[in-house]
Amino acid sequence: MKAVYGLYPDPDSAQRAVDLLRGANVEDRSIVVLSSEPFDEYEFGRREHKTIMPWLAALGGLVCGLGAFAFVAFTQRAYPLPTGGMPIVSLWPNGIITYEFTMLGAVLATLVTLIITARSPRQSARLFDPEVSNGKILIGVVNPPEASGTEVEEALRSAGTRSVVRLP
Amino acid sequence: MATKTPNEISEELLRPLFHTSWRFFVAFIPLALLVLAAFGAFVYQVWNGIGVAGIRRPVFWGFYITNFVFWIGISHAGTLISAILRLANATWRRPVTRCAEVITVFALSIGALFPIIHLGRPWLFYWLVPYPNDRTIWPNFRSPLLWDLTAITTYLTGSVSFLLLPIIPDWAVIRDKATGWRKKLFTALALGWRGTPKQWHRLETAMHVMAVVIIPVAVSVHSIVSWDFAMAPVPMWHSTIFAPYFVAGAIFSGIAGLIVAMAFLRKFLRLEEYLQPIHFDNLGKLLLMMVLLWLYFTVSERLTTWYGNQSDEMAVFWLTQRGSFAPLFWLMVICNFLIPFPLLAIKKLRTITSTVIASTTIIVGMWLERFLIIVPSLAHKYLPYSWGSYRPTWVEITITVGTFAGMGTLYLLFVKFVPIISIWELKAGLRKSAVARGPLSVANARLELVAEPDGPLTTRRVLK
Repeated sequence: MKAVYGLYPDPDSAQRAVDLLRGANVEDRSIVVLSSEPFDEYEFGRREHKTIMPWLAALGGLVCGLGAFAFVAFTQRAYPLPTGGMPIVSLWPNGIITYEFTMLGAVLATLVTLIITARSPRQSARLFDPEVSNGKILIGVVNPPEASGTEVEEALRSAGTRSVVRLP
Repeated sequence: MATKTPNEISEELLRPLFHTSWRFFVAFIPLALLVLAAFGAFVYQVWNGIGVAGIRRPVFWGFYITNFVFWIGISHAGTLISAILRLANATWRRPVTRCAEVITVFALSIGALFPIIHLGRPWLFYWLVPYPNDRTIWPNFRSPLLWDLTAITTYLTGSVSFLLLPIIPDWAVIRDKATGWRKKLFTALALGWRGTPKQWHRLETAMHVMAVVIIPVAVSVHSIVSWDFAMAPVPMWHSTIFAPYFVAGAIFSGIAGLIVAMAFLRKFLRLEEYLQPIHFDNLGKLLLMMVLLWLYFTVSERLTTWYGNQSDEMAVFWLTQRGSFAPLFWLMVICNFLIPFPLLAIKKLRTITSTVIASTTIIVGMWLERFLIIVPSLAHKYLPYSWGSYRPTWVEITITVGTFAGMGTLYLLFVKFVPIISIWELKAGLRKSAVARGPLSVANARLELVAEPDGPLTTRRVLK
């Protein structure tokens, strides 16, 4: 993996770096942003915000809830116990099981969606610097075009980083 | 007044993970010994049979089921309160939420143990798991015990997720600061977290969805625990008020538990600058509301029973008002209302110390309430010839004390692996509040944490 990046002490200079990289014709998908906290109020922190996670949670809940009801109804019919005139498949108590499994389905669907979607799309190109954990914001470019290499470095430097790191 | 940079905040909150003081061992060893004693008592019970406990006809539910209801109630402190505060976007919640969420996970785990401890043959507890056994009989899903199993499983799964997800970025910070075995451990736990905008966004969305889901689950859990009683035609159990009464009581005892845990952590981990008087004051106000709500429910329940004047219910009613259980009943009223109400209602009295005193009495009072719901009704059920009494044995008392020690032990171990205050949430909150206060660009300033003796934790911007 080839990469070039700078570390920025505050979100304003990080935003400036991203803007300057765009000005140097670097594509958005090549720009890497890493931080130790979310920066929702800055444009660079709002990238890739589209997600269908809530809908998947609802779907997970629906599937689990219906599955639970069907399963419970099956067990009650498989070995009908004496119910003293009450229905064998009884909606009130089964509703409680259905409700709990609906919620469990929503929780599990959310977890699975998070684990799958939050992974880096390119596991091999995992640009990282431990300084991020000390509060620095990493702005970098993965596999920068050879022709514009100097231009990218200049953009990163002029945004306010003390040093630009080049990999490998 | 102390000023701190965000990096200093990280260092300070991570200190308990990297340094173990003598105070840790002073607290840990006695608690661990009590847990061992409780385990020994349990083994003794398994070896000699459930007869070594005090439960016998007609009182088959005693300390164990009291503890079950109590600990499930305490578990309502964390995830429920944290979820509500998250959705309400209460800024003061940030240092509090993790302390609270941990209580839920541990209290729920401890509570869920008690039905198993209560079993005559605890090694057969897996019969509750829905599978057809030798006679192809499935568990009866109409039984409230199966409702308990599903509700507790769902709540525990949700609470563990709700606790662990926001810890991942903090584990990533530890991964980058640690060396040796710690680095290996936290590299595995951080799950490759890097902190891309996409990861942050997915995490916050997941937390939001979880918060929305977990609130109705929390309410359902204690409703279902109440239905263990309310579904039975037992005097003073078969009541429609039980579900909301239990939920309110659970939140009541939960907040009290949270305040006590926060006060302990504040002193033990020297977090005075993070867990400030404002946090205890706000939680104290919430607790005050719950004191009044508890009184309302208790009066409603008692008044309705008294006015109905049914002989079977009145037998239990008078037993608790002026009979053999009266001292415990009136002690409960003193602990749940008479002591905490003035301490929390009078602003001048609502200090950290008095909030903790009020919370401690409430914990005692709520344990008594659970006991008084269960035992008198079973002891005086309908026909006088079947009336009986209950006296706990040393086995039950040891196991009960051991679970309180177990809570403390788990908490102490937890703070050795996880920062008890969410570092990234705290820093993000401080920055956002600083940005919201004025037009001064953060780029021109360095953020400093300002901790005033009687004020909230805030930031101030110092021009570079």
